[in-house]
Formats: sequence, C-alpha cells, structure tokens
Amino acid sequence: MYKIAKENLSALFRMIAASQDLYLPVKVCGQVNFKAWSEDAEVDLDTLKTVKSPKDAFFPQNENLYTVTKENKKLKIEPEALRDKPFVVFGMKACDVQAVTVLDNVFLAEPVDTYYSARREHGTIVALACHEPEESCFCKVFGIDCAEPAADVAAWFVEGSLYWKALTEKGEVLTEAVKELLADADKEEDKVEAEKEAIRAVVEKLPYSNLSLEGWNGDALTEKFNSELWEQLYKPCLACGTCTFVCPTCQCYDIKDYDTGHGVQRYRCWDSCMYSDFTMMAHGNNRTSQMQRFRQRFMHKLVYYPANNNGMYSCVGCGRCVEKCPASLNIVKVIKSFQKQGGEK
Amino acid sequence: MQELINRAKELLADGTVARVLGWKAGDLPYNPEPAYFETAEALDEFVYNGFCGANLSKYMIEASKLEGKTLVCLKPCDTYSFNQLIKEHRVDRDKAYIIGVGCKGKLDIEKIRAKGIKGIESISGAEITDEADTLTIQTIYGEKSCAYADAMLERCHVCKGKEHKIYDELIGESKDTKDADRFDAVKAIETMSPEEKFAYFQSELSKCIRCNACRNVCPACSCRKCVFDSTKFDSSQKANVDSFEEKMFHIIRAFHVAGRCTDCGECSRVCPQGIPLHLFNRKFIKDIDELYGEYQAGEDTESRAPLTNFTFDDAEPSIVGKRG
Amino acid sequence: MSIEAKEEFRPKIVAFCCNWCSYAGADLAGSSRLGYPADVKIIRVPCSCRVNPMFILRAFEKGADGVIMCGCHPGDCHYSTGNYYARRRMTLLFSMLDYIGVENGRTRVEWVSAAEGVKFSTTMNEFVEKIYSLGKNVRLGDLRCRN
Repeated sequence: MYKIAKENLSALFRMIAASQDLYLPVKVCGQVNFKAWSEDAEVDLDTLKTVKSPKDAFFPQNENLYTVTKENKKLKIEPEALRDKPFVVFGMKACDVQAVTVLDNVFLAEPVDTYYSARREHGTIVALACHEPEESCFCKVFGIDCAEPAADVAAWFVEGSLYWKALTEKGEVLTEAVKELLADADKEEDKVEAEKEAIRAVVEKLPYSNLSLEGWNGDALTEKFNSELWEQLYKPCLACGTCTFVCPTCQCYDIKDYDTGHGVQRYRCWDSCMYSDFTMMAHGNNRTSQMQRFRQRFMHKLVYYPANNNGMYSCVGCGRCVEKCPASLNIVKVIKSFQKQGGEK
Repeated sequence: MQELINRAKELLADGTVARVLGWKAGDLPYNPEPAYFETAEALDEFVYNGFCGANLSKYMIEASKLEGKTLVCLKPCDTYSFNQLIKEHRVDRDKAYIIGVGCKGKLDIEKIRAKGIKGIESISGAEITDEADTLTIQTIYGEKSCAYADAMLERCHVCKGKEHKIYDELIGESKDTKDADRFDAVKAIETMSPEEKFAYFQSELSKCIRCNACRNVCPACSCRKCVFDSTKFDSSQKANVDSFEEKMFHIIRAFHVAGRCTDCGECSRVCPQGIPLHLFNRKFIKDIDELYGEYQAGEDTESRAPLTNFTFDDAEPSIVGKRG
Repeated sequence: MSIEAKEEFRPKIVAFCCNWCSYAGADLAGSSRLGYPADVKIIRVPCSCRVNPMFILRAFEKGADGVIMCGCHPGDCHYSTGNYYARRRMTLLFSMLDYIGVENGRTRVEWVSAAEGVKFSTTMNEFVEKIYSLGKNVRLGDLRCRN
C-alpha cells in the first residue's frame, strides 16, 4: 500500500496525463461529470456521484463506427480506428466498477464488440472508496462493498492523504509509473481499515440498504411481466431518458447515419427504452405504449438480465435515477411496490 | 393538506370527480411523485408540501381523455399552463375540477445538496402549513439547517404572483416569494460581448445529455410527435454528436414554445445537468414584451399569441443589429 | 515568388427567396444582366412564411456562412399576410442567435419585389461583402460537415 498527500494529487494527475489520457470527475458549470483532465480543469473528488456515470469512458454516448466518402465515382468506407492507447479512469466508485462488469457481460460476449473491448483492454480503473455514502445509495443490496472497490487500483481518502493499493496487473503497472510520487504506507493499513469500518457502519444506516430483492430473478418472467402493477406505476413517467442516460449499466444503443453533405457517418449512440422509437423496426414498434417501455427497463434490469447472466442483476444501486428522475420515479419504488403487493396477497 | 384531502374525499364520494390528480408521498423526504387517486383509502398517501414542484397541467392532457372528471391540484403558476392548454385545445375544461392550492414557494433538492447536505433522513419545515422559514434536515451526518428561501427553486424567486388564473375552488394560503426580477439574468447576458455569450452558452449546453426531460415535462411541448423524434427527418438525432446539435435542439425547442411558454420553470427544474434552460424562454418573452407589447401566455384563454399575430408596422428583423 | 498554399475564403451563402416576389426579382436581375456573386445559392420557397427557423439553423449546420431571407414587401404578400408572420419569426430568431453569441450580420431579411432586380443585386453584393468581412462561420456549423 502507498499514499500520497491530497495536495500532491495534481502532480499525480499531471504525471499520468503526460503519458496517457486521464478521465476523472470535473466540475463544469456547477455539475460534476467525468471529463478528460487538463491543467485548468476543476477536479472534484468530493462529490460522491457524478451526474452521468463513468460508463462513457468505455461505452461513450456517441461514437463513430465508420465514415463513407465519395471519391470520384467510388465510395470509400473507412472504419473508425480502435482505441490503441492506454488511458486511466480515476475516481470511479465501487458501484460504477461493478457496472463495468455488467457491460462486459454484454459487450464481451460473442460476438465481441471490438470498439468496447479495445477500450476495456487499454483502460485502467482507479476506484475510490465512498467516504460518505448518501441516502439514495443501495449498492449493498447488490452485494457491493463501497468501502472496498474491486478495481485495478483501490484508493481511500484518510486524513488528507490518498491511500493507494494496486489490485491487478494493470494496477501494478500504473503504480510503477507514478511510484516516485507515492510514499510507502504498508504500516498504515489500520487507518484504511478504520475508514472501511466507518463506511460500512454508515451503509448500515442508509434507508435503502435493507431493500429486499426477493422474487426478482430470471424465473419470475411471466409473473412480473403480467403484473397489473405496471399500469399504475408508469403513470407519472414523462418518457424522458434521464434514468437511462445517468445509469451506469444501461447499454442499449441505436445506430444512425449522419449525412455530412459529402458523405455519411455511421455512428452509434445511447438509446433509451423510454423513447417512442426504441427498437423500432421496419414493421413498426413492438412496444407501443409507455407502460410497455417503462416495464421493459425494470424487467431488463431485474429479470431478463439475471436470466441470461447467472442471476446477476444489471442494477448496481448507484442511486442516480433516484436523484435525477423528474417525476421522482425509480427502481427502488418499483421494487417496493411489488413487495407491498406481495405482502397484501 | 388535511383540508385538501377531506375535500377530495367528498368530491370522490359524491361522484363529482372520478379521480384525483395530485402527489403521492415518496419513500424519501423529498421525492413525492405525481399520482392519480381513485379511492378514499388511496388518498391516505396524498401529500402536498414544498417538494411538490411538478406542474400537473401536462398530465391533464391524458386525463382529459379519461371517463369522468379529474380533480386536479394546481398551484398558481400551474394555472397559467392549464389556461394555455385550453387555448390550444389540448385539455378539456369540462373534464377538470380544479382546486387551486396555496403555495409558499417550492423547494429544490439540488440546492440543498449543493450546500453539502447529504445523507438526508428527514426534513421538517417543508410542509405547506409551516410558518417556519427554516428547513431542519436530519442527516446521517448530523442535523443541518437551511433557510427555506435558499432552497427554493429559481422560478419561485421570480414568482408571477400567487393568484390562480383558473379554478373551481381554492384551498390553502400562499406566501409571496418574489425577490428578484425574472429578466435580470437575461439582461446580464445581453450586455456581454459575442465571445462571452458564446462561451457561456457553449459551456452550459455542453452538459446536455439529450434526455429530453425538458421537452417532456413542458406543458407547452404537447405535440403528438416531436420534430426531434420524427424518424423520417434527420433532425431526430438521439445524441449531441456535435456541439451544434445542443444549440439546435435548445434554440428550436425554445422557439417552438415562444409566445406559448408561460415561464413555469419546469424545464430548469427537471434538467439533470442543471442547465438554466429558462434563459432561452425568457429571452423570447423579453423580446416579445419589448417588440410586440407585454404578453403573458396563459393569462387568459382567448387572446392571440404573439407569433400567430402581427401588426402592419412591426419592427424589422434588422432591429436586432441596431439595438446593439 | 513562392506559391502560398493558403486557401482563399469563399463564403457559402444561402438565400431563401419567395416564389412570387424575390425569386422573380432574382430572375429580373439576371435578365437585366445585373451581377451578384456566385457564392449565393438560392432556395425557392412558396412564401417567406414557409421559412422555418430550423431551415436557417440547418443551413448553418451544413456549412453556410450567411443566410438571407427575401420575401414580398409587407403588404404585398401573395397570400396576403405570410410575410408579416415571417417578419416576427425572423426577428425573434435573429435576436436569439445574437443572444447566444453568433455574430450579428450573418443573418438578414430583405424585402425584394419582382420589379426590384437592382435591389436584389445590390442586396446580395452587400451581404456577400459583409460575410467576407466576418469570415468563416465557426460558431454554428457541424464539424462533420466540414471538408
């Protein structure tokens, strides 16, 4: 284990950024999101949750797939180059790290998504323990320990220092590269242990920590799908895409063409199951009502995904949707409503 | 609040209304959700407090298609939206039983969070009946407090007034919350140089994630099919691939509601990235007021909107350059 | 003497002209052998009122450096009132563009009747000159549309 004083962090960032891209929470116009580091960026590591999740680093909101240009009378098709340079994502949280595993199960399964896998291969994740978890957090429900993120490097803020522990080979490489800024802290491990205990004690007190997922699994498909509750639950939904776009695990995308006037750019961008043209096909749309689209989101997270991934849920309890939904709807309310209904039966 | 619930129960019982559209208590102290109540028992979950910022007028578009009357709770500013929707034939006045509810300013949880208050367990002082002007917030990390006015939504600081423009009956008292002029921020931007203006909007809009929350919550955005959703038209880009698309979306959206926007402030309230979207709408409102005479959308249900109206001697577009 | 590889700036200008007056005015300018720069590309619309604010933004998106809209003089609209509505719309749109920091001067509205070939020609010449002085439009274009 190593440590670095908080005031030396900008030197650390400068050193990392000298040889590779560095993404970390940056405040722009009052909001914190993951952005590329620059000398004048306002780095904010105190805000617990960035508005958008860091999934952009591996699965950007939009990315070019290929470009078609006209050369004389022929069409030239140029695929977008795959990521071939290393980069670091600094300051992810335990839930966000687990979310990357969720994405891996989708994009790294056959057929492998080459754009995504190239980014995964070249990305190193430095994750921070959550110093002060908030009321909207419920990562514990999904078995995530926010005191001990399982990333390439795990880090803790204790008493003005950042404690740094490499957990994987990639993490070791990054540690080597910045070693001259790090001080040995093997003897201070008890401080970190105390911080972990403090975090876990707070997590126990969070209102959502004891949420029960009973009844939500891959086998519950017909029962949950046909429930009459959806008809009531979706009512306040505005059909905006906020929940899906701030979510660290939502992975649906759309592929579109953009006419540049002298060619075509084919790109993919995040899609939202809340949108009316979600999975629209030539014959039309197979989800014609907002109720169906609303249901899709929660069924996917809590039923379809576990059915295909050995029971793993594709929600990580980051609570971003809890904080951001304009109509105050969220996955927790859905789970609780079903629980309440189950209890009444 | 109890008075409101009792009255709603009465109206449900005597068959005047088939359902009640209001807010249901959330599972956190600050997240009540818009909800329909069809029985007296269901109304036990009804809540009306400082966090009930949602403008229910837009839900009335759907409720107007339902069988029977809907009792809808509208705050003073929401009634402007409702009037505007009547004018546009999007809601049915006869299908609504409007209870004008009192308002002493609505709260913005983001403003509370911005003060570093987190781990919220309970909030007292947000009740509409409370005389207190301070919120007392119990958190996992100790007790915090915050002045009510400091936690108010931006729109409440520039409140249009506490008079309901349309209602069947009124319940509850209101408190004046206006302490700023709504055009101040617009004027400040107008005095900037083009470079500063551009830099300001470029960085604000760079946060946009195209979630469409601003559009979907907007009572004026009631088109059945939005131009930005039309798959037959390549303006339906789902992401801001280029920074131009952020500007395009927000300018066009503001333009489409120009002269119809009541300045209810819902767009800014719901933006997950805290973009001050009202600055676009208010610019149009200010221009309309200055060039074509004072106009408040939703004030009435009869007058012609400024963009569907004209006079022979309107200002020429070149006035933009001349005004400096 | 060295040949500089510096590319000369040639503005792209879109002119929306109403079918009944301004387009005929452009025709008259042509048949009267009055010149206007080839940088101006005319798009004919049935009425100035047909010009949706999105058309203007679209033109900029695809690389225009200036956009001008021409219609019948107020009072002379073929459809009686179309240009009155257009006038309000364009005023508000131009004001908004100015507000977000797009140089004022890249947009213009001019009323040109079918008999005003001379006015059409001088307007276009003036406008092109103005765009030359403002230079390339970098604030409102889509980067993907650049060559």
